[in-house]
Amino acid sequence: MADDTIQVKRRAGGSRILAWVRARLRNIAPFVTLIFLVAFFSFASPSFVTLGNFYNILTQISVTGIIAVGLTFVILCAEIDLSVASIANAIGIVVAFFTLQDASVNIANLPLPGWAAIMLALAACVALGLVNAFGITRVGIPSFIMTLAMLQIGAGICALLVRGQIAYAVPKLVVTLGSKSLGPIPWIVVVLGITLLLGHIVLTYTRFGRYVYMVGGNREAAEYSGVNVKLIISAVMVISAVCSGVAGMLGVAYFGSAQQDEFDTYLLDSISAVVVGGTSLFGGQGGIGNTIIGLFVLGVLNNGLDHVNIDSFLKILIRGVILLVALIINVYAQRMRATSAISDA
Amino acid sequence: MTPLLELRGVSKAFGGAIALREIDFVLGAGEIHGLVGENGAGKSTLMKIIAGVHTAYGGSMHLDGRPVHFASPRDALAAGIGMVHQELSAVRGLSVAENVYLGVQPTNRFGLIDWPAMMRGARGQLDRLGIDVDPAAKMDTLALGVQQLVELARVLFSGARIIILDEPTSALSPPEVQLLFAVLRRQRDEGRSLIFISHFLDDVLDICDGLTVFRNGSKVADARTAEVDKPWLIEKMIGHTHGELEESYTGALFLDSKPDAPVILRAEKLSLAGAYADVSLEVRAGEVLGIYGYLGSGQLDLARALFGKLPADRGRITIDGRPVKLSSTSRGRAAGVAFVPESRRAMLFADAPVFKNISISILRRIGRLLLHPAVERRIAARHTETLHIRPPGVDRALSSLSGGNQQKVALARWLTHLPRVLVLSEPTRGMDVGAKEDVVHIVRGLREQGIGIVVVSTEPETVLSLADRILVMKKGRIVREFAGEAVSKDRLLAAA
Ligand SMILES: Nc1ncnc2c1ncn2[C@@H]1O[C@H](COP(=O)(O)OP(=O)(O)OP(=O)(O)O)[C@@H](O)[C@H]1O
Ligand SMILES: [Mg+2]
Repeated sequence: MADDTIQVKRRAGGSRILAWVRARLRNIAPFVTLIFLVAFFSFASPSFVTLGNFYNILTQISVTGIIAVGLTFVILCAEIDLSVASIANAIGIVVAFFTLQDASVNIANLPLPGWAAIMLALAACVALGLVNAFGITRVGIPSFIMTLAMLQIGAGICALLVRGQIAYAVPKLVVTLGSKSLGPIPWIVVVLGITLLLGHIVLTYTRFGRYVYMVGGNREAAEYSGVNVKLIISAVMVISAVCSGVAGMLGVAYFGSAQQDEFDTYLLDSISAVVVGGTSLFGGQGGIGNTIIGLFVLGVLNNGLDHVNIDSFLKILIRGVILLVALIINVYAQRMRATSAISDA
Repeated sequence: MTPLLELRGVSKAFGGAIALREIDFVLGAGEIHGLVGENGAGKSTLMKIIAGVHTAYGGSMHLDGRPVHFASPRDALAAGIGMVHQELSAVRGLSVAENVYLGVQPTNRFGLIDWPAMMRGARGQLDRLGIDVDPAAKMDTLALGVQQLVELARVLFSGARIIILDEPTSALSPPEVQLLFAVLRRQRDEGRSLIFISHFLDDVLDICDGLTVFRNGSKVADARTAEVDKPWLIEKMIGHTHGELEESYTGALFLDSKPDAPVILRAEKLSLAGAYADVSLEVRAGEVLGIYGYLGSGQLDLARALFGKLPADRGRITIDGRPVKLSSTSRGRAAGVAFVPESRRAMLFADAPVFKNISISILRRIGRLLLHPAVERRIAARHTETLHIRPPGVDRALSSLSGGNQQKVALARWLTHLPRVLVLSEPTRGMDVGAKEDVVHIVRGLREQGIGIVVVSTEPETVLSLADRILVMKKGRIVREFAGEAVSKDRLLAAA
């Protein structure tokens, strides 16, 4: 009898550690991945662990990161936004469209003062976010489909405004934030830091942030608790569009030009960053902390692969494999919670 | 003779907290075995071990005298053990027929799913349980009780020889319960064994051949049903005698209605196609209005209309004399109505800690912009104490509480800042005798504070123990009102 009691206790002890790891698998796995990648590249390439390269990585993940902050809100609500890169592109072009271009640029644009161009661009991304919100919450189109349509619309806006041309000039403030530095730190990294911080504060310390998690955790229950679910979903769609818009403007300055299809890779990158970081695709679990880790995993991977001698075509495959593994962990972590949780009561 | 199923010294802990201690459990062939115990006693946990849901446990399990250890529910099913979970596990987006045949769809000779056969088969099985429902209907459009019956059909007719039913009648009304019992008896007579968990002790005594009592994770007694009675059961369950818990409302009860109090909520001629028609009712300040009806009488949908979850097609609702348009839940909330639905899954956040589940509805009062977790925890701790939520601790995940305790958490949500009208749908579903009494006290306390309360239930005891005035619904219409008069379970059932 006494023996058995002890056995129960020991089991409990062992399973407690296991349970602790399991419950945090979605946080632990990306972190371990990151450490592993950093260790690997430091070993493989002497030029990888330098302060300069660290700033490189930060700069390289900035545009993706700003988009990913908005996307984190959306995914936490168990929705998806496929229009982020397209909105970023469109807003980058909008801000250029309202800026005086060099005579050689053959675009019928409307030059306005810099602040006006920026305000118009921000208004435009709010509007696009509202259209997404309207389609999802009022019409009832699944976000996957609605934002797929918005992806097209964004591409259409780009095409119409630049008509195959390339614009170069953007307002001065945008140029500074997108391509200048504050001491050794590029402004775009500062903007990323502020966006991440704001996102984190809103998600963890505000009532709205709690609602975002609760809506993602159980939409029906949120509704029964009196949460205005449609308002919350609308808000996250607008937040996502605004983050994309900001990333788009700074991205245009960062690239030095505004043209069609220049943000295409950012859709996958930003979704990957959020999901690789461990935010649940089913909503309600994760956060900005996870997104930061996810961003670094992707950033270190992309940057590191440039430092070691690897076939550039193989790089694409490697990124795909990493994403797949992250997805498997994401879904697996979710399933473990589900079996340990709702199985009865 | 070796018993069909035998558990020896089974123990189970969840991260340090011991849920089961050294359980010996024996199930004979061809018997219905009852399992009773307070909320959190460990009933569901033991059943989940038998059904292969929990795979890590101490002790051993023997089927037909051979040791077994299931690695998954599928394993258990292959060995002939099927379980209907307390919190239903139906696939809500699928049709009734697909749920009945989940994982075992009949196929035609091309290997494709044989839809006509599936529909026919499902219809036949549901008929045997006495439910008239379209096999093509989507699960999530059905009342909780009907979903429960569909799940029962799936497991009862799956051919399993050991059938575990975890609180199968919690959302059913007397007619379905009687039909179900007839089916269970037939299953037993055909040689199958059934385990029946319920907080309705009368039902347990009625249908079970043997029973086992749990308290606090330990088995405290087992007996042949014929040898014991209800007071004995209650004493074993709670560990001491407790006279007042025994009132079963078989005697007459005088309704103390308040005809002079001001009307808070008035509904006039509410109708919803296919659910209810021309329903008018009033709820007065400091009054508990009970609405009783069998499953499918429309009262559950009516409750949703009062909160704006499933708005009525026609009719008028006024609150405190002002007409309100309850077209959405946020409008319902803004109008001062709170609602506790009958399904826990629909109203609770399983992964979130207890305190977040309680504070969600009052966050805006605690702080307009920012969260104040310390305040949230304090409020939650107060409620978990007054409601005797076990185990205490507001930071544990909601899913680690037993079913009945989760139900209390859902109630706790509305105790801090009172709504004008509180609509409770099956508020004591899955609660043990003591917990039901707690709910009675809570509801009485709320009533004293002058809010209007509507209690909707398919269970006569719930309505009888809580209401000051009772409306009886039948086929979507109000057929009888009991006010300021004596009422008993028999009279209530006679009216329904
Ligand atoms: N997944 C889990 N994680 C942690 N603790 C759990 C978990 N599941 C159950 N428990 C705990 O185990 C104990 C027994 O729970 P169980 O669900 O078996 O009770 P029960 O007898 O079925 O109660 P009820 O009548 O309320 O359904 C409870 O204290 C509960 O909090
Ligand atoms: Mg249970």
